[in-house]
Amino acid sequence: MPDPILTLQGLNAFYGDFQALYGIDLEVAEGEVLAIIGANGAGKTTLMRSISSLTQNRPEMVRYRGEDIGALRADEVAARGIALVPEGRQLFPSLSVEENLIIGGQIGRKGAWSLPAIYKLFPILEERRHQQSTSLSGGQQQMVAIGRALMANPDLILFDEISLGLAPIIIKDIYAALPGIIGEGMSALIVEQDITKALAVSSRFYCLQEGRVSLEGTSATIAREDISRAYFGVA
Amino acid sequence: MEWVNAIVQGTLLGGLYALFAAGLSLIFGVMRLVNIAHGDLIVLGAYLGLSVTTVLGLNPLLALIVVVPIMAAFGYVLQRGILNQTLGKDILPPLLVTFGLSVIIQNALLESYSADPQKLNAGALETASVAVGSLSMGLLPLLTFGIAIAVIAALQWTFYRTALGRAFRATSDNQEIAQLMGLNRRHIFGLAMALALSVTAIAGIMLGIRTSFDPSIGGGRLIFGFEAVIIGGLGNLWGTLVGGVILGVAQAIGAKIDPGWQLLAGHIAFLVILALRPNGLFPRING
Repeated sequence: MPDPILTLQGLNAFYGDFQALYGIDLEVAEGEVLAIIGANGAGKTTLMRSISSLTQNRPEMVRYRGEDIGALRADEVAARGIALVPEGRQLFPSLSVEENLIIGGQIGRKGAWSLPAIYKLFPILEERRHQQSTSLSGGQQQMVAIGRALMANPDLILFDEISLGLAPIIIKDIYAALPGIIGEGMSALIVEQDITKALAVSSRFYCLQEGRVSLEGTSATIAREDISRAYFGVA
Repeated sequence: MEWVNAIVQGTLLGGLYALFAAGLSLIFGVMRLVNIAHGDLIVLGAYLGLSVTTVLGLNPLLALIVVVPIMAAFGYVLQRGILNQTLGKDILPPLLVTFGLSVIIQNALLESYSADPQKLNAGALETASVAVGSLSMGLLPLLTFGIAIAVIAALQWTFYRTALGRAFRATSDNQEIAQLMGLNRRHIFGLAMALALSVTAIAGIMLGIRTSFDPSIGGGRLIFGFEAVIIGGLGNLWGTLVGGVILGVAQAIGAKIDPGWQLLAGHIAFLVILALRPNGLFPRING
């Protein structure tokens, strides 16, 4: 396996007294697409927030390109090339579609992604570029959220539940676009409740259950029964 | 004709109130901070203008070149050093801290400048007037009104046409996600306060040229600023100008009926609008 771009070592996360993650160990290789699966409340979103530094960690718990970034601020982590497509899209309602994209690129990292490239990927966004982001459909908003993260030209992109609340046909479109997005040499972490979708786009996966890794393996060869057991914690 | 005159003078006075209010509106819009010390910061701006005009012998309007950067720097340091620490889910800490700041500024001014009323001397500008028909308009109120329009247009442009304004709006919408865009909210808030106190410096100097001031008048300016913001609708800068004008006209009409009614009439106009349109006349549409 090539050198890891991201290494989590014994990552714990808390919300007040409640512990959401227990000693997560995880590695993402350069250029690898990794899936994180698990039921509601398993800690998937918390894991994304920890990697992005939206929740504070100890420095050595999150290691990125040989640097301990666990205790950095979220904007410092973003500047190092980690972008998050957050759960529920979370666009800026006061900004137009185009402004949402531009602000994503404000970090100023060089790379393949720019406004024209995003509009080529999602042509509908160019038509709607002067509209308020909240006036778009859910699927179009998700495109803006993905585009906003890509505009930062990240080396590691985190997708948190990008199919949540979208119509199946839209989900199909977005997953069809994913290989083209990640194909540019980026590494990706995909959090998904739809196991089939997650396994289809990833090379390896981790399954979370109640804040712990209950199973990890190769996406192509894993047996469904093993996943069910790891997912629900029943035999 | 006397009534028309009252309305015109009130409108021009509204420009000054809009200047009081613009900084307040900006700060609330970006970081949901209600700055109780805003009126005292206006008075601080006037006193800084006094020192600069006395020491350097400048016209108060030229003193702006010195006072605006000083107030902006003070705003940035104040925000990063103190106010950022008070921001959070609870709205009480920033209220308490800015209230304390208000007391501190008042007493510091009292200590350094005494309680004697002071005035900025702008020379002939203060008494010059232009005649339009049978109306006579003071050059200073006209200039103040023009500055208010220019300031609000500049703030509007900054908010909606620049990267800084985009960062303000994004941070106001969602602080967490704005951080993911590489924006350090503490720095963004510092810049917002710097911008707000630049406007406050202008407001203070225009106030100081127009009337005499002493360290205790901050509270009253804060009320006028609040009323203009609320009448216009939170988060709407042009609405703030309209709010200032409505307040100014109500005061002028009140004073026309009976000089003792000037302030009361302004407050009554504010209460009536608050009762009929609790969100103000032009609340920000999006959200």
